[in-house]
Amino acid sequence: MQAVTVEHIVKKYGSKKETVTALDDVSLDVAQGELFGVIGPDGAGKTSLFRILTTLLLADGGHATVDGFDVVKQYKQIRNRIGYMPGKFSLYQDLSVEENLRFFATIFNTSIEANYDLIKDIYIQLEPFKTRRAGKLSGGMKQKLALCCALIHRPVVLFLDEPTTGVDAVSRKEFWEMLKSLKKQGISILVSTPYMDEAELCDRVALIQSGKIMSIDSPQSIIKKFTKKMWSVRSAEMFRLLNDLQQYSNTEKCYAFGEFHHLVLKNDAEGMDPVMHYLEHLSHLEIEMQLAKPNIEDCFIELMSQ
Amino acid sequence: MREAVITANKLTKKFGDFIATNEVSFEVDKGEIFGFLGANGAGKTTAMRMLCGLSMPSSGSATVAGFDVYKQTEKIKQNIGYMSQKFSLYEDLTVSENIRFYAGIYGMARQAIKEKTAQLLNQLNLTPEANTLVKALPLGWKQKLAFSVAIFHEPKIVFLDEPTGGVDPITRREFWNLIYRAAERGITIFVTTHYMDEAEYCNRVSIMVDGKIEALDTPRNLKKTFNATSMDEVFLQLARGAKRSDD
Repeated sequence: MQAVTVEHIVKKYGSKKETVTALDDVSLDVAQGELFGVIGPDGAGKTSLFRILTTLLLADGGHATVDGFDVVKQYKQIRNRIGYMPGKFSLYQDLSVEENLRFFATIFNTSIEANYDLIKDIYIQLEPFKTRRAGKLSGGMKQKLALCCALIHRPVVLFLDEPTTGVDAVSRKEFWEMLKSLKKQGISILVSTPYMDEAELCDRVALIQSGKIMSIDSPQSIIKKFTKKMWSVRSAEMFRLLNDLQQYSNTEKCYAFGEFHHLVLKNDAEGMDPVMHYLEHLSHLEIEMQLAKPNIEDCFIELMSQ
Repeated sequence: MREAVITANKLTKKFGDFIATNEVSFEVDKGEIFGFLGANGAGKTTAMRMLCGLSMPSSGSATVAGFDVYKQTEKIKQNIGYMSQKFSLYEDLTVSENIRFYAGIYGMARQAIKEKTAQLLNQLNLTPEANTLVKALPLGWKQKLAFSVAIFHEPKIVFLDEPTGGVDPITRREFWNLIYRAAERGITIFVTTHYMDEAEYCNRVSIMVDGKIEALDTPRNLKKTFNATSMDEVFLQLARGAKRSDD
């Protein structure tokens, strides 16, 4: 049995006159024990999908199941089996760290003690602050507490909606380490993020844009589908270089990417020499050009422009 | 010729016993894109607030656009622009109302506002949306508009506090093109971001850890110094040792 199945889900908002399609015929499966990423920018439909799967929102069309239960007819069973960490911090700000945790354990008819082993590694970092009000915690600490509260009833499937948005690079890395160790305990995890680089930490990902899934596969396989050669180019004047490369006759696509610009040529057979001549002719200095490996962000850009 | 538009010398801010920003010194040149990085709680926001004339330093000195951060805060405010993702435009005003409002605050003449508004809307392909409420715009358009509004009065420096969160990779790059173009016109860009690839787009980058600037150089030199292949690695090496964390 799959941890999550989504078949042709449609969700629309607004009135008859003006409708926005948040999810447009979305289908996907998450296997048991899988760490599955939903990758896309704000407004792509990630939160709508999560709210439908956590039984907080009704779809306008399609079917979905979580742990084998139907999200509409069997929502009560689902609610007992899942953990959900919404994008917005939703714990009780006026309860302490420990009180929040105890509260969530109690409403699921369990206790902190019964499931402590599951959250121990994370909670240990919060323990020095267990009497502090949740509202007074730092961003990273709030995030850890929210994760503990989502886990305290030992869910079968965990839904994390943009857990790392606005969090610095160090805390992001720590958070993904926690997810890896939860995965080892057999929990299926569905996580959404706007950070493309996090895709590579998932078993499989769905790239989503404007309510449509552009691609579903393992990050490695998505990257393999990028069949054209990709060059990375730099020179002493990066902005002028970008404009010049975008004007170049054999350029299919050129965009900034970290310290280089990524360049895809219309005709790969021509190779780099004509590009180098063109740039030298335009008196660029310190030109460097080499083949580069595409990553998920390159694939996302490619899929977006198809 | 180099011309410093921001100078900070041992700039410090204490809140009681807590030293949020600890003897920070640096200079930013005219037309430079300066990345101001640090983990949550490192003291970036406090430093930025002092430079914007919104918070009085505890000690040290700094000038922004030639004005003193202790005595000439109003002059500073007139000569800078500011944009953050959290607060930028008024959602319940239309596109052109937002422009008129901000331009008016900066004391621009009515006729100049009118002419420049038409120009800007044209440049951003927003002319058909002039009378649309900002809340109805896609996030990427909002961000581009917010940036353009922040530099509408031709400030010497614009402060961008995590300007690009949450947008798709193409829109993010379009936004950076606007930044490059502004820098080319001589506007100095002072930017904080959590996207480490964006740190690479800066001319120079400083990284704050626990209230102090621990590194300041071009992305290239930083990577060399820290023997790293990406700015992400440089950042992790420095910020891993941080003791503080906060928002």
